[in-house]
Amino acid sequence: MALKIVKGSIDRMFDKNLQDLVRGIRNHKEDEAKYISTCIDEIKQELKQDNIAVKANAVCKLTYLQMLGYDVSWAAFNIVEVMSSSKFTYKRIGYLAASQCFHESTDVIMLTTNQIRKDLSSPNQYDTGVALTGLSCFVTPDLARDLANDIMTLMSHTKPYIRKKAVLIMYKVFLKYPESLRPAFPRLKEKLEDPDPGVQSAAVNVICELARRNPKNYLSLAPLFFKLMTSSTNNWVLIKIIKLFGALTPLEPRLGKKLIEPLTNLIHSTSAMSLLYECVNTVYIDVNTPPLPSLSLSLCLYLSLPPQLCVQKLRILIEDSDQNLKYLGLLAMSKILKTHPKSVQSHKDLILQCLDDKDESIRLRALDLLYGMVSKKNLMEIVKKLMLHVDKAEGTTYRDELLTKIIDICSQSNYQYITNFEWYISILVELTRLEGTRHGHLIASQMLDVAIRVKAIRGFAVAQMATLLDNAHLLTGNMQRMGICEVLYAAAWICGEFSEHLENPMQTLEAMLRPKVATLPGHIQAVYVQNAAKLFATVLKSQEGNTDSTAAQETSQLMIDRLPLFVQSANLEVQERASCILQLVKYIQKLQQKDVEVAEEVSALFAGELNPVAPKAQKKVPVPEGLDLDSWINEPPSESESEDEQPKAIFAKEEPKHSRPRREEVDEKELAKRREARKQEQANNPFYIKASPSSQKVYQEAPGVEHIPVVQIDLSVPLKVPGLPMSDQYVKLEEERRQKERAEKKKKEKKKRKEKRSGRGKKHDSGPESEEDITPAHQVDIVTEEMPEKSSKHKKKKQKKEKEEKEKKKKKKHHHHHHHSDGGGEEAVQNGTVEEEEPLPVSVFFCFLPLTKVYDIQGNLQDGSQVVVSVIFENKCDSFLKSMEFNVLDSLNSKLQRPEGSGPHDGLTVPFQLPPGVSNEARFVFTVQSIIMPQKLKGTLTFIVKDSSTHEKLDFKLHFTCTSYLITTPCYSDAFAKLLESGDLKCSSVRLEGVNMPFHHLLARICFHHHFSVVERIDSCASMYSRSIQGHHVCLLVKVSAQTVSIDAKCDEPTLLGNVLDEIKQTFSQC
Amino acid sequence: MMHFMLLFSRQGKLRLQKWYTATAERDKKKMVRELMQIVLARKPKMCSFLEWRDLKIVYKRYASLYFCCAIEEQDNELITLEVIHRFVELLDKYFGSVCELDIIFNFEKAYFILDEFLMGGEIQDTSKKSVLKAIEQADLLQEEDESPRSVLEEMGLA
Repeated sequence: MALKIVKGSIDRMFDKNLQDLVRGIRNHKEDEAKYISTCIDEIKQELKQDNIAVKANAVCKLTYLQMLGYDVSWAAFNIVEVMSSSKFTYKRIGYLAASQCFHESTDVIMLTTNQIRKDLSSPNQYDTGVALTGLSCFVTPDLARDLANDIMTLMSHTKPYIRKKAVLIMYKVFLKYPESLRPAFPRLKEKLEDPDPGVQSAAVNVICELARRNPKNYLSLAPLFFKLMTSSTNNWVLIKIIKLFGALTPLEPRLGKKLIEPLTNLIHSTSAMSLLYECVNTVYIDVNTPPLPSLSLSLCLYLSLPPQLCVQKLRILIEDSDQNLKYLGLLAMSKILKTHPKSVQSHKDLILQCLDDKDESIRLRALDLLYGMVSKKNLMEIVKKLMLHVDKAEGTTYRDELLTKIIDICSQSNYQYITNFEWYISILVELTRLEGTRHGHLIASQMLDVAIRVKAIRGFAVAQMATLLDNAHLLTGNMQRMGICEVLYAAAWICGEFSEHLENPMQTLEAMLRPKVATLPGHIQAVYVQNAAKLFATVLKSQEGNTDSTAAQETSQLMIDRLPLFVQSANLEVQERASCILQLVKYIQKLQQKDVEVAEEVSALFAGELNPVAPKAQKKVPVPEGLDLDSWINEPPSESESEDEQPKAIFAKEEPKHSRPRREEVDEKELAKRREARKQEQANNPFYIKASPSSQKVYQEAPGVEHIPVVQIDLSVPLKVPGLPMSDQYVKLEEERRQKERAEKKKKEKKKRKEKRSGRGKKHDSGPESEEDITPAHQVDIVTEEMPEKSSKHKKKKQKKEKEEKEKKKKKKHHHHHHHSDGGGEEAVQNGTVEEEEPLPVSVFFCFLPLTKVYDIQGNLQDGSQVVVSVIFENKCDSFLKSMEFNVLDSLNSKLQRPEGSGPHDGLTVPFQLPPGVSNEARFVFTVQSIIMPQKLKGTLTFIVKDSSTHEKLDFKLHFTCTSYLITTPCYSDAFAKLLESGDLKCSSVRLEGVNMPFHHLLARICFHHHFSVVERIDSCASMYSRSIQGHHVCLLVKVSAQTVSIDAKCDEPTLLGNVLDEIKQTFSQC
Repeated sequence: MMHFMLLFSRQGKLRLQKWYTATAERDKKKMVRELMQIVLARKPKMCSFLEWRDLKIVYKRYASLYFCCAIEEQDNELITLEVIHRFVELLDKYFGSVCELDIIFNFEKAYFILDEFLMGGEIQDTSKKSVLKAIEQADLLQEEDESPRSVLEEMGLA
């Protein structure tokens, strides 16, 4: 043995340490991978040795390699070995390695539970600290479940160093094992008032994170946080608290009123930019985002802080020379913009300045802001500025970004802000001069869109496009510009389609047939060819009017000369179109030579307008009744069938038979109905513009075709006529839609109850309709469907009956007491100040669940005769409850502590009221004399249901189990041994049969439910300890064999012990 | 809550990584590579924040090292910058005008300091003093551990 030690130590002298490894890697830059693989081999050797120092060194090196990206998962077991070293030096390295390398699927984590538990209860606070830190990185649901109780105990550790770590890690435990939240919460709450600022801030951190996920449950903490907020000077803590209030205020608008003053003070006084930023940012949180979609108002409204105050502050940030502040200022500004566009718009100058900033990310932020800032008035000015920037911009990415932004800005909400489309077309044309942009397609689609939809602009658009076509060589000049040639697609189509507006169609035709066109992409050439034909028709028409027929013939000749170039195209589409048109022109030429007038007939080829069709139009074509698209038109041929028969069947007989008659099956009524529905839809959809009756006739000949929602360009409501602001039209459309919605809503109101938040209700009334009422996305949906309508008073009685019936049903189901009332009493709520515990509006009914789960009895450490009972009142129904009074019939042994001066039978007022669906916790202190027996106390809860003003009563029983007098207390094995040796303890034991759960679950259960802590665990045997509030020691020895659990217990008070054991037995009999 | 913190050099070498959310090894590598590229490509005059995936990245360069944190949407960028700065101050105090090499050769110490300062992505202690004190104490404990274990003693010769 000695020899082995000697050998190990000598080896160790020659081992590489971490420094050597790092140095080695730096010296082997060329063959790093090879060097490291030899190092890993060495490490593997080292890990095989018994010497823990060698192992720790190896693990340390592995951790470094892991950071460099090498897989070290194979060494997981060795890491656990090093973790369990008794030496802090190695333990520290072990835990570091574990925290870096372990993750949820690392299987050896299972082995660490006991080691971690041991370290957590180590007398050395740094052992505990290291274990907590490590655990925070790799805690798994299993670990969280098994260790929750130990960590909870550590929250009350004597050392703040441990307390703060324990508090922080509890958050991770809650995430992995949510069941632990409820028992741990009272203690966590206590930590908010911990004397140590570090612990306090840790608790604030954790609760803030929890509240972000589920703010509702933390409303009751608002007063406490309010106190902290006004007293704390620690910016780190303040920021968290403000964030927390940001989450709470949407749920309790009146909190906002209380916050105005402290927040305004902070905004004015703080010198810390981070805090200022947090204040401003929180104030403007867009509450439209979850958790409550129904609240679309900004917090600012609740707070009634003048937005100008914040915007002014932000202006200071943006004007700052620090890039970071500038960026954040713009970011915050964009949040305010959503709710208060007006107050931001006045700072347009500043934001435009930011476009000159040298930092691209700032320029992009400013661009984002501009998007929301435009109005009809300033659009042209802003775009002009942007165009200047486009010219100056370096780097294509930013310039492309500018380009898309310009188009976005102009085209937003259906060109809402454009008052002059000629201007917009010129902007688009200017944009085509950009070099190397990728967005030719975008510009092209804008040109097409505007030219098609804005009828009055066509003349101008066509002229511009003709110029573009004429100068096409500028666009196609070099390969880099290929992106932009997409606009030629639009130009050619517009010129062809609206050729009647062309001043000089011949010139354009000539331009479209230049040989250079053949270098364009195929799809553009195809459009060129097709539109050349349209132009040809127009040219013919004008030329034939003249007496000189040679001009017309020359035009035909031009086509015949140029088209063969396209016939040879490699692109099928181009080739096909070109050959068709070439043959057509040749035929025309023949006719022309015979002096036949053909212009009329040729233009008839292209008569009528092409209509824009929504991309999703096909989806809207209803499937005719009786047509099953999934069924076979022809049964798939069976294998045996001879092959020759099939084609015949498909083409000659079956198809017409099946498709024709089906179309006719749709009866007239149905058709009319659909047509009506479709019209309705189109009227409300800005994309569709009403079809004129004449155009529909064209289609009616073919049955079924009119189902295709084709939009007529020939519109009674043109998209836009310059001069007449088009947004008017959208106002109209919007109005129609709203009316419809209103009608629908009225119907629904019979089923639905309108939310009645008095504070906000008033604000809504100021406008004809609040946004909430209009936008379907923002539906007020606090209410669930079963809730009856309550807004109109004359309906009350009827509903009352309904409700009572409902309640009766519920009563049977849940054995809950409940009551209801109507939601009157608005005045009272509105005037109610938030001074006390924030009474919550919205009424509903109440359930008190007299089950063990809703209350938690805890001994008070400081006073051996006090027990704190936390009762969670949960209101599951739809009435508002107030003036709750909690009273308990005192027994000789246990008494409810009442405030001084009140009689022995007076109840205690519950310091809050309960809105529906909300639960809140109240704590009551009891004085207990003897704790050795469990007991039951009878009590009553009285409360007033809002506006029925009757007192309701609810009886309940409180069970004071002996377990509730026990307090989890860690105990070290040596102290435990001494205790057992002392011989003062009485013995008792109990056997549990048929317990079918893993041993560690069993232990966790005892720990969790009965407040024990594990002292030591060896295989399937564990010793546990707990202490009563009056200082009784309770020791357990738990053994498990097969499915039998035997618990030998010792305690200095046999009665208490007997009762505790009974309770444990009961716990396990329940499962 | 902070999701992770990275330290890397101008050459794109990772010097420290601490993850506060469970992330698969493969994703970690991918994210680190991607982020390093983005951050290193930024010009010195640019602001320290950027939006990346659904996270906000806050970074700052100290000498040759980039400190880079990923925080959530609701978190405060400025306070994160302060966290970074505080960490640098702590390193500086501990190593005495810290340089990249200190962190390379004593990477485990750098981790220990970080672990005392941040835990589970939250600030553990806002006081510089108490963090340094905790580290010193722990180091002291480590030395006690080590001092009696001289090689000779282990060999049974002392």
